[in-house]
Amino acid sequence: MIFIGRVMAVARKDLLAEWRNRESFTAMFYFAFLVLFLFNFALGADQALIRGASSGLLWLAFTFTSVLGLGRSVQGEMENDCLEGLLLYPIQREAIYLGKLLGNFSVILVVELVILPLFAILYNMDLWSQIPKLLLIAVPGTLGFAAAGTLLSSMTAGLRAREAMLPFLLFPLTIPLILSAVKGTEVVLRGEPFELAMPWVKLIAAFDVVFLVTSLLTFEYLVEE
Amino acid sequence: MVRVENAGTRPGPPPAIEARRLVKWYGSQPALRGIDLVVAPGEVLALFGPNGAGKTTLLRILAGRARPTSGAVQIAGHSLDRDSDGVRRAIGVLAHGHQLYEALTARENLLFAAAMLGLDHPREHVSEVLARVGLEAASEARVRTFSSGMKRRLALAKVMLREPKVILLDEPYASLDLQATKLLEEFILAKKIGGAATILATHNLTMGFGVADRLAILRQGRLVFEGRREETSVEAFRSLFALHGELGAVE
Repeated sequence: MIFIGRVMAVARKDLLAEWRNRESFTAMFYFAFLVLFLFNFALGADQALIRGASSGLLWLAFTFTSVLGLGRSVQGEMENDCLEGLLLYPIQREAIYLGKLLGNFSVILVVELVILPLFAILYNMDLWSQIPKLLLIAVPGTLGFAAAGTLLSSMTAGLRAREAMLPFLLFPLTIPLILSAVKGTEVVLRGEPFELAMPWVKLIAAFDVVFLVTSLLTFEYLVEE
Repeated sequence: MVRVENAGTRPGPPPAIEARRLVKWYGSQPALRGIDLVVAPGEVLALFGPNGAGKTTLLRILAGRARPTSGAVQIAGHSLDRDSDGVRRAIGVLAHGHQLYEALTARENLLFAAAMLGLDHPREHVSEVLARVGLEAASEARVRTFSSGMKRRLALAKVMLREPKVILLDEPYASLDLQATKLLEEFILAKKIGGAATILATHNLTMGFGVADRLAILRQGRLVFEGRREETSVEAFRSLFALHGELGAVE
C-alpha cells in the first residue's frame, strides 16, 4: 500500500505542477494543432488521399507532441536539483518510475483527447462513432510510448543535449509500436470490423509489456550514478 | 598541528559515519584522494575547504548519491555497497540546491516529502515543521514566490520531517537570515542531543566553528587537518587555514 501511495504521490505532484504551469500542455497542443493544420493544407480536399494518410497523420501528431511533453516533464525534475532530492528518499526506484509514467501518460492522453476532435473537424471525418474503438488503440499505444519515453527521458536527463537525444533514442525504439498503432488506427478509420485491428492491438499490448518490464528492471541503474 | 585521525583506532561507540580510503575520480580528474573519516553518534564535524576541494563530492558519496571509485562507507551500520536503502533511511540531507518544486506550495512540497517518507499523520507533521521554521503564514503560497531565505527554510523543514541518524549539510548558511541561522543551529544541537551525527560542509568559518565538535579541512581531495574544536580557537584555526594557502576562500 505504501508503494502505491508513493506512486500516486509522484504522479499527483507531476500533474499538479503541470496543471499550475500548463507549460507542457500548451506547447503540446499548439504543436499538434500546427502539424494537423499544415498537413490539412498540404493534402487539400482529396478525401481519398486524406483517408489514406489520416492514421499516419494522427500518430505523427500524437508521438511528436508526446516527445515534447516527456522532455518537459524531466526538465521539471532537473530544476533546483529536484531529481537528486527525489533519489535521496528511501524508496524503491520503481515507485518513482511508475509515478512519472502515470503522470506522463495522463498528460499525453488528455492532449490526445483534445487532438481527436480537432482532427475530425480539420479533416472533415466522422470520428464520433469510432472514438471508443480509437481509444482501444490509442490508450495502449500511448502507454507503451510513455513507458519507453519515461525511461529514456530519465536516462538522458543529465545530458547536455537531452532535448536532441530523447527523440533520437525514443523513435527508433518505438517504431514497431508506432507502426502497429498506425495500422490498427487505419482499420478503424476505414470503418472496417474491429476484429481486423485485433492483431495490431495484441502486438501493441505485447510491446507495452516488454517496455514496462524492461523499464522497471533497468530504471534504477539508469538514474543512479 | 596537523592531525589526521586513523579511522581504525578510534575508541568509543560504533561510528555513525565511517569512510575508509575513499577515492573518487571524475574522468581523469581526482576529486577525493584517500579519505579516512569517522564521526561518532552525537558528534558534529565542520568540514571546511575552498571551492573544488571535494566537500560536495564527499557528502554525495556519504549520501549514497555517488559511487566512490574505491573505498568503503558505512552509515549508521549500513554499508553503502550492500544496503544503499538502509543508508538513505538513515540520512537527512540539506543540499546546496534546495530541491523544492516551485509550482507547488510549501505545504504541498512537505506533504509530498511526507508521502515519500511514508510518515503516519503527515498533515500534523507538516503543520508542525512549518511552524518550527516560521513558514506557517506562507504555507499555501507557491515556492516560486519565495525568497532564497524562505526556500532554504523550507528545505530545512523537509530535513526536519525525518528522524535521521546522520545529517549532511552542504553550505547550509547560504541565504539564511539571522533568525533562520539560529533555527538551523538549534536543529543541529537538538539532533546532536538526540544522538545524530552531523557533517557540516561550509565556507563560513565562524558559524561552522560555533556548532562543531570537530573541525576538518579538505583540500584538493585530501583531509589535511582534523582536530577537536576545544583544542584551537577561531583565530588559530584561521591561521592554520591560511597556512594551507586558502584563506581567501573562507569567510
